Amino acid sequence: MTPAHRLFAIAAGAAVIAALVFVPLSLGRYGLYILSLWSVMSIAAIGLNLTLGYAGQVSLAQGAFVGIGAYAAAIMTVNGLPLSLAVAAALILCFIVGWVLGYPALRVQHHYLAFVTLAFSTLAFLVFRNEEWLTKGIYGISDVPRPNIFGLSTAKPLPFYYLCLFTLGVVTIAFWRLVRSPWGRAFMALRENPMRALSLGVDTRRYTLMAFAIGSALGGLAGALYAPLTEFVDPTPFTLSLSLNLLMMVIVGGSGFFFGPYLGAMIAVLLPEWLRFTQGYYLIVYAVLVMALLIYSPTGILGILDRYLRDRSAKAASSLRAAARASLPDEAVG
Amino acid sequence: MSRVLEVTNLRKRFGGIAAVDGVSFHVDEGEILGIIGPNGCGKSTTFNCILGQLAPTEGEVKLDGRIVTGMRPSELNRLGVSRTFQLLQVFPQLSVRENLILAGQEHKGTMLSRLFGPADAGLGAAADQMIGFFKLGHLADVSAGGLSYGQQKLLDAAMAFMAGPRLVLLDEPAGGVNLTMLADLKERLRAINREQGATFVVIEHNMEFVMSLCTRIVVMAEGKVLAEGSPETIRSDPAVIEAYLGH
Amino acid sequence: MSNLVDLVIAGLATGAIYALVAIGFTLLWQTSQTINFAQGEFVMLPAFLMLAVASLGAPFWLAVVLGALLSIAILGVAFKKLLVDPMLRHGVLPLAIATMALSVAMKESVKQFFSAEAQPFPSIAPSGSVSIFGSSISLQSVGVFAFGVAAVIGLNLFLERTSTGRQMQAAAQNPTVARIIGVPVERMIMLTFVINAALVALASLLVTPIYLAKFSSGETLGQAAFIAAIVGGFNQVRGAIVGGLVIGVVDNLAAAYVSTQYRAAVPLMLLIVIILFRPEGLVGRSEERTV
Repeated sequence: MTPAHRLFAIAAGAAVIAALVFVPLSLGRYGLYILSLWSVMSIAAIGLNLTLGYAGQVSLAQGAFVGIGAYAAAIMTVNGLPLSLAVAAALILCFIVGWVLGYPALRVQHHYLAFVTLAFSTLAFLVFRNEEWLTKGIYGISDVPRPNIFGLSTAKPLPFYYLCLFTLGVVTIAFWRLVRSPWGRAFMALRENPMRALSLGVDTRRYTLMAFAIGSALGGLAGALYAPLTEFVDPTPFTLSLSLNLLMMVIVGGSGFFFGPYLGAMIAVLLPEWLRFTQGYYLIVYAVLVMALLIYSPTGILGILDRYLRDRSAKAASSLRAAARASLPDEAVG
Repeated sequence: MSRVLEVTNLRKRFGGIAAVDGVSFHVDEGEILGIIGPNGCGKSTTFNCILGQLAPTEGEVKLDGRIVTGMRPSELNRLGVSRTFQLLQVFPQLSVRENLILAGQEHKGTMLSRLFGPADAGLGAAADQMIGFFKLGHLADVSAGGLSYGQQKLLDAAMAFMAGPRLVLLDEPAGGVNLTMLADLKERLRAINREQGATFVVIEHNMEFVMSLCTRIVVMAEGKVLAEGSPETIRSDPAVIEAYLGH
Repeated sequence: MSNLVDLVIAGLATGAIYALVAIGFTLLWQTSQTINFAQGEFVMLPAFLMLAVASLGAPFWLAVVLGALLSIAILGVAFKKLLVDPMLRHGVLPLAIATMALSVAMKESVKQFFSAEAQPFPSIAPSGSVSIFGSSISLQSVGVFAFGVAAVIGLNLFLERTSTGRQMQAAAQNPTVARIIGVPVERMIMLTFVINAALVALASLLVTPIYLAKFSSGETLGQAAFIAAIVGGFNQVRGAIVGGLVIGVVDNLAAAYVSTQYRAAVPLMLLIVIILFRPEGLVGRSEERTV
């Protein structure tokens, strides 16, 4: 990235962060709810982006992991345990379940994980609905408390929103570090060319499994925040539809792109609002738009942007190549 | 002089056809062995059997005396076997430096240490050294996808060496490379062979390249070893001339 | 004991339907690497199309025929030309996800444009029951089973005995070689889509009288079809048939012997067990190691 580009990126980033921090001060209860929902869904979408966009695996269970996280948080906090403990429990539990699910499925063939996660999604919903002694079944768990952070209550919408935003920030930084690390490089390798990655010693199966487990854990984290956000947890939101919705978020935003999930989540959360005038047709419109987008650019909106930028930089690269070719013969002779 | 690679009686059948029909040869430490032969003689299949890409029907492959027949490519890579590809397989989205770091990182430390360690897995300096060695200096941060074909070939070769391998198998390294680059490539390979003591096996069609680079040559025809010896011996062997010209 | 026979026979009837749906699913995968996540909705739609035509005043038999033709046009030809063809160049995964979006679009469209309520659907089999092996089986079950088996046998005969069928198999197993020996591969692939549309239309006709026409009925059926295809063996039509029958019987037995709350879990557990211990499916062949 040229210095000018870098400056622009930093300025844009600062503007976005400032907007996310200061604009909500003037928003009402509903606006704050939407923004909090966006940040929670972004976390789940980031996890799915790791699984799908970086490791190339389709998971249809991300919604179930959000559910597991939500129920874990609801059950624990309603019984007096702090949310931080619930978050840790959700992360660990979903990581383990992800590992256990992925291990056999990935041993087989690529698309088998999709089917296993599909089955798991339904199974999870059945457990949520039937095990009343734990989840209170269809009656749900109500009055899920919001935590106190260092003595400050997050019961009101604004402080709770800041909690969600803060968590999203932490996840963003952690994910950034992950993508920059050797693991991130290995993920990219196994997405682009698994055969070549294997020949370089990359244990593709283990990395794929890791990506899926981490992605699922992030789903759990999102769920652990979802519970105190809605203050009520019942099985209805945690169906296959949620998993499909999260999948669309990642795809529409741009799977494999760092900022894809944020964009996708924003669209998914705001679209029902914008298309409210279509009264119930909005889901059809959304689905059709997704299909059209996929046909045009399977890498989503950010994919379209990326293609445009690449075409421009390809011109720069070819001039660089010409310069390189001109200089090499001198060195080869000398 | 220890035998780095020993192939005994290798056979690979596809249905009724034996693509490789009882091939035996060995490679001593520090040698550059060339495998040549007319199209369809089975050299690529032999390669793939050694590298674990294909499971041999019969025969044995030993690496430093240890039986490695049928081991998967990733396992072989961890034992110190590296390869380049006939069809270029660099990672176009990553920069040249990133490609090189990737090529070496899985050999450094454990998976966990790689997660919490430095972003370049401690290979930044080694990668820069390799970049300098292969004269790709000004392209270090360019995406591999933006390089010319010849430059990508150099990168592919460089990647094979990042892990400090015992044995490098080069699959048609000269293919599609222009003459100036070719001289460069040959010189770099000879230099690495000298300095790192790496052992090479090269499959090639380009006779001039093979004759001037390799210390010993194996000629294959119709799945079998036809002749073996120094470049001079091979050049004047009547059976070899027959096999090539007789087509 | 007669209860068990009841259940097995009824299970075979539903299993035949699952088999029809699973066969189409497998065929699409074999010939064009299409994983159709909307297959369940494909079974849901034809019934609604037939109801729509009937509501315009046409007699039932005509509505069935026209509805079936419409289904073939939409779910076979249009599906292939408008969605699959443009997406295939992007790879298997994007197409699979596009079919997920398609399933949402179809479900919601029926809900909005038709009705969110379940609609009754007339049965083509006569009502009443017959006595087999000492237990009383509804004629409906017999009819469904008979039609299902007839369709499967018909399809099998077509694939094995006719030259078009054999060409289709060649195109499915090895399109490159098939092209070389002169098989019109593109036309054969379109044929599989048409056959799938016909199969799901038949399945719709057989299953909707029992479970009523509802926009959401695609979900369970689609899932059953996937499970059937994988449990049987994803790479072959034979696997889809065996898988369908097995899942049908298992599903019915589960409904009787397992709590209603968890009956849906039984086929799911079976799927997970198969993937764990026999991933090639009950009648599938294990793939040779490619790397």
